[in-house]
Amino acid sequence: MNAVYYISSVVAVVATVAAVTGLNAVHSLLYLIVSFLAVALIFFTLGAPVIAALEVIIYAGAIIVLFIFVVMILNLGDVAVEQEKRWTVGKMWIGPAFLALVLMAELVYVLFQQTVHHLPGAGPIQPQDLGATLFGPYMLGVELASMVLLAGLVGAYHLGRRRQPDETAQERQEPVDAGARR
Amino acid sequence: MASIPMEQGLLLAGVLFVIGLTGVLVRRNIIFVLLSLEVMLNAAGLAFIVAGYRWGQPDGQVLFLFILTMAAAEVSVGLALVLQLHRLFKTLDVDAADRMRG
Amino acid sequence: MLHLLFLVPVLPFCGFVVLALFGRWLDRRQVAAIGVGSIGLSALFALLVGFDFVIAPPEGDAFSQSLWTWINVGGFTPHIAFYLDSLSVIMILVVTVVGFLIHVYSAEYMEDEPDGYARFFACMNLFVGSMLTLVLADNLLLLYLGWEGVGLCSYLLIGFWYTDPANGRAARKAFTVTRVGDTALLVGLLLLFTKLGTLQIQPLMQLASEHWVVGSSITVAAAGLLLGGALGKSAQLPLQTWLPDAMAGPTPVSALIHAATMVTAGVYLIARMNVLFTLSPVIQTTVAAVGAGTLILAGFSALTQRDIKRVLAYSTISQIGYMFLAVGVGAWSAAMFHFMTHAFFKALLFMGAGVVIVGLHHEQDMFKMGGLRKQTPLVFWTFVAGSLSLAALPLVTAGFYSKDAILAGAWASDAGGRWLWAAGLCGALLTSLYTFRMVFLTFFGEERTPYHLKPGVRLLLPLVVLAFLSIVAGFLDLPRTLGNQPWFSDFMHTSLPETKEIAGSTERNLQIVASLVSIGGILAAYYVFLREPGLVRRLVITPLGAAVHRFWFVGWGFDWAYDNLIVGTYVWVARANRADVFDLPIRAIALINQAGHIVLSRTETGRLRWYATSVAFGAIVAVGIVVFVT
Repeated sequence: MNAVYYISSVVAVVATVAAVTGLNAVHSLLYLIVSFLAVALIFFTLGAPVIAALEVIIYAGAIIVLFIFVVMILNLGDVAVEQEKRWTVGKMWIGPAFLALVLMAELVYVLFQQTVHHLPGAGPIQPQDLGATLFGPYMLGVELASMVLLAGLVGAYHLGRRRQPDETAQERQEPVDAGARR
Repeated sequence: MASIPMEQGLLLAGVLFVIGLTGVLVRRNIIFVLLSLEVMLNAAGLAFIVAGYRWGQPDGQVLFLFILTMAAAEVSVGLALVLQLHRLFKTLDVDAADRMRG
Repeated sequence: MLHLLFLVPVLPFCGFVVLALFGRWLDRRQVAAIGVGSIGLSALFALLVGFDFVIAPPEGDAFSQSLWTWINVGGFTPHIAFYLDSLSVIMILVVTVVGFLIHVYSAEYMEDEPDGYARFFACMNLFVGSMLTLVLADNLLLLYLGWEGVGLCSYLLIGFWYTDPANGRAARKAFTVTRVGDTALLVGLLLLFTKLGTLQIQPLMQLASEHWVVGSSITVAAAGLLLGGALGKSAQLPLQTWLPDAMAGPTPVSALIHAATMVTAGVYLIARMNVLFTLSPVIQTTVAAVGAGTLILAGFSALTQRDIKRVLAYSTISQIGYMFLAVGVGAWSAAMFHFMTHAFFKALLFMGAGVVIVGLHHEQDMFKMGGLRKQTPLVFWTFVAGSLSLAALPLVTAGFYSKDAILAGAWASDAGGRWLWAAGLCGALLTSLYTFRMVFLTFFGEERTPYHLKPGVRLLLPLVVLAFLSIVAGFLDLPRTLGNQPWFSDFMHTSLPETKEIAGSTERNLQIVASLVSIGGILAAYYVFLREPGLVRRLVITPLGAAVHRFWFVGWGFDWAYDNLIVGTYVWVARANRADVFDLPIRAIALINQAGHIVLSRTETGRLRWYATSVAFGAIVAVGIVVFVT
């Protein structure tokens, strides 16, 4: 099982890097699916089968599907890839990569500075434990999560609505005016 | 059931998080920015699962569920915004929407 | 009758309010009726109250009338209250009667002014009202109100013809110079209140004499500060420079400032606070010395002036110097007596000079006058009466009796009395000289400028009345050597300390000397300025003579010294500090804020990725602090 974990880790990292650096949106999304599946495997090896299933269903399923819908609506073609090439030139990566490395170094330092090393896992957590905890001490959190989902639903509906042309024109006018006043 | 040292799990979470962060900072295409954000959220969730695995408590998984919920809501609103952005600016460049500058 | 006292100061204020608010809609007859009438009624009530006071003196020889409480804060409760004793009776009588005559005169004098007739009378009424508040005030705060009111009105009236910048400058000068004194007075009041806890004059005097030792430093400080105020208002050394320039105002204003109001306020203040000055002999001697010095300096300056009004201005400074000398040597009643006679003859002289000036088409240079004796006999005779009184012609004029009382008081004084007396005598000679120089140059000799004015009754009546008073007022206080009827002194001594007596024979000798000096001065003036005018001319063209003449003409160079030492220094500091060094720290705060604003608004690029980078950077720093520092 350890081998599964390490292989999955490598796959996850490689797939994520490919997803983040890719030029074609659909290709990147496919890599991302791979990454999520690898992470789902890791969850499974870490004794969280329910979470592994949810990872597959929601991340690799629902969320990626949303992305793909949007990409399809926007109907980006080869032009978008060319554009991406222009936008992501090599030297742009230097600054953020440096920042990320510093952050990573700090993280590693914290991890390996601890006195206790290499503690093995305590064991799998049964789904019923998860359910009992979720609807026990975290009841309020669940309610709040439902509210967040409701807000996300309403927000997405409101923002995704196709406006009437005059309405859109008005909205475009306002920011321009606001910009001019400054 | 594997026996993975907690540090290695956290290290993986950190690596994924940092990759996502780099993507957020570098990409100009807003779809890729959102994509990188998903990677970061996923990495954060991974860290909770590893912690829950380490202590044998279900709380880590509960928190992963919350993160999952939040990510779903976020991505739906975010993608709606992408549509609006494309409609208004005819581009996906996040730097195009920079009118709120000082 | 005494309860009508409040009407005396209130009526002029009513006149002021009516004229100031509605003056522009009233025609000249109505303005004159209100302006003159308010003072006239005030004078009438003052006479009634004064008569009542003399006939039936109230209990304790003083009457107090409280109108209302002005302020009530933490035990500090000054009232709007009037205090009437023999000192203030004399003051209000002189102020209202002389003020009324000046108002009558002004009604005709100012008639050909194109505008500002109502403004003029409004200010004049306010002036008289403020002066009456000053002299009747029961507490020092109310006195200070009147004091500042007088200063304000002097500013408004000296700058009456405000279109000429020179007049505005004179007005500002008067205001600024007296302000130096006012500040000292204010500090003095605060000191008195801090130390004794009240500003009511009578309790204050009682507390001072109970708690303070003679000659202690606190009395010196308090009396010295009050003296500073008096010096400014009364135009004494070293704050006398504003008065000659105050001639920029209309002539009735000069008459009012010099005779009835304003300049006598300082003398009144010292007389009112006599307990305090008696407690600090050093300051009282200073008062006398200042008076003696001023009267001689101003006398010499008056001798060289060409402008008739400036002669009179220096003469006023000199005569106020006599009053200071008197209060300085403790001859309180003599000071008030001289104040009264001076008010009569100086108002008369100013108003006579005003008629002459208008008659000669606003010519003020005496060397362009002359021979007016024939054209305006009535003005001439009244002017001569005033001049004789000023020059203290023995026996028949009021000035003789008042000045004689002062000289006797100076002789009797312990602190250098002989010297003070000699200074006073020297001043008397100078007074005779410059007075009759003025008379001879103006009214005798050949005519140099044609005269055109036919003065009306409103111009002449005050002159006649004042000429009469200038002669007979002296008989109110006959010294022991000449009839021994010191009615005035006895009246004053109900509120002021007794004057030290000197032996009868000494007094007689002093009077004879003073008389000789006075007559000698007049004769010398006649000889030098009328018979042999060439003598002075030859003297003035010698180098030394020219220098001395120039020095006296500019008033002993005080203006020059102040301009260079104080104004010059101030201007230099202002120039040097043009960038306002002390403002820099304040401005620096604004500049730092501005710079911060510029820098921080640069960070608001509106770019999402920039913000994300900032967040990442912040996270790095925060985690770094947690990991490496704590």
